[in-house]
Amino acid sequence: MDNGTYRVKTGFAEMFKGGVIMDVTTADQARIAEEAGAVAVMALERVPADIRAQGGVARMADPVRIKEIQAAVSIPVMAKARIGHLAEARILEALGVDFIDESEVLTPADPFHHIDKWQFKVPFVCGCRDLGEAARRIAEGAAMIRTKGEAGTGNVIEAVRHMRLLNDQIRRLAGMSGAELVSYGKEIGAPVEVLELIQEQGRLPVVNFAAGGIATPADAALMRMLGCDGVFVGSGIFKSADPERRAKAIVVACTHYDDPQLLAEVSAGLGEAMPGIPIEAIPTEELMQHR
Amino acid sequence: MTVGVLAVQGDVREHLRVLERLGVAARPVRRPEELAGLAGIVLPGGESTAMWRLMRATGLAGALRNAILAGLLAFGTCAGMILLARRVTNWPETFLGVLDIAVERNVIGRQVDSFEAQVAANGLGELPAVFLRAPGVREIGPGVRALGRLGDQPVLVEQGSLLAASFHPELTGDTRVHEMFIQMCRKGESWQHA
Repeated sequence: MDNGTYRVKTGFAEMFKGGVIMDVTTADQARIAEEAGAVAVMALERVPADIRAQGGVARMADPVRIKEIQAAVSIPVMAKARIGHLAEARILEALGVDFIDESEVLTPADPFHHIDKWQFKVPFVCGCRDLGEAARRIAEGAAMIRTKGEAGTGNVIEAVRHMRLLNDQIRRLAGMSGAELVSYGKEIGAPVEVLELIQEQGRLPVVNFAAGGIATPADAALMRMLGCDGVFVGSGIFKSADPERRAKAIVVACTHYDDPQLLAEVSAGLGEAMPGIPIEAIPTEELMQHR
Repeated sequence: MTVGVLAVQGDVREHLRVLERLGVAARPVRRPEELAGLAGIVLPGGESTAMWRLMRATGLAGALRNAILAGLLAFGTCAGMILLARRVTNWPETFLGVLDIAVERNVIGRQVDSFEAQVAANGLGELPAVFLRAPGVREIGPGVRALGRLGDQPVLVEQGSLLAASFHPELTGDTRVHEMFIQMCRKGESWQHA
């Protein structure tokens, strides 16, 4: 019996497809997410909107918080480690977290490197803004990719930007010769071996979710229309007026993204969405996606 | 002959790909009306609670249960096995409740303990298998046959028109379990047309 193999890690990510992964900060919120039909929850101290508002250094959640959430639900529990923070990742692995998000939402810990994810039995998901970034994370052993978007804004434009860029770059690979692939890899900072895989399959070799700014059922449907396998919803649910109804609606929208009639039904009367932030209102140095 | 794959959530694409590789016409099923004309349906891996809520949202849950009771062949993997089971020992809901086994959701515990192993299957020999937070079969009804075991634990079971695996044959590239289901569908079809 072999555990922690790449097939076990990437295969597990395949099981999330078509689903919604929700940020939660308490056991009660985790139960609401599970009841609404989330495929997993992300256990956090603070949702991204609060991290953005409060500032300071954002770190891995307290293990007490993570254990409470693990005890509350039967679905997988994910948690975030700071970019490059090997020790936080080891702690999360020891806690039996089902997936680690090496996340730009927390304050980065290593200015040079991401975590060497091949060294872990627990699978990792990492954010990307384009193909180069996705390919580098996959080369480091990420078993799942998500767009970075701009977390905590309730504004979907950055997630759309990242997915559009990724799609465009994957399409460009199709006609490239071996030599062109090497040059292109250099241009976008992508390892050529990973680009070869992506060229062959016409898509990323791992599951790709949308994240960062998704606040409504329509946002979730939009990201699925662009080709994302599923969505992460961070602040969008528990910063809204009626989290239970909104969570259920986003779950249905993620599956039936191409059924406008049903989208209209589930979008009706959900109450206030989270307050949003225009990206132009955020100073460049405070954008999480550049981490 | 067309085989459907329940496509509300989970590793739908992997099952569609195996069926296509085996030369079977396959299509995703998200809504009740899409059940019409199918010889069989595959219930993929995924999160059983999420899948069930999505099936209830459109009436697919009831429609699929009725179709199975009326003879539609079904093959569930991992979460798909949980959906088919008569009883879930550690969860308050029963899902489709059509396969006479009791299962425990996620006997593995945390994902770091998910694993790959070889399964001994009747007539098929050793099968490579991927177990991801897999269900455990705790009771087997008199009409159910255990076709595959890991140690002494049943991991592949059959009951007339129903087949269920607690692992993911769709992730290994070994198509023998799917071939077994397709055989069942072909037999079912020729019987219907006789």
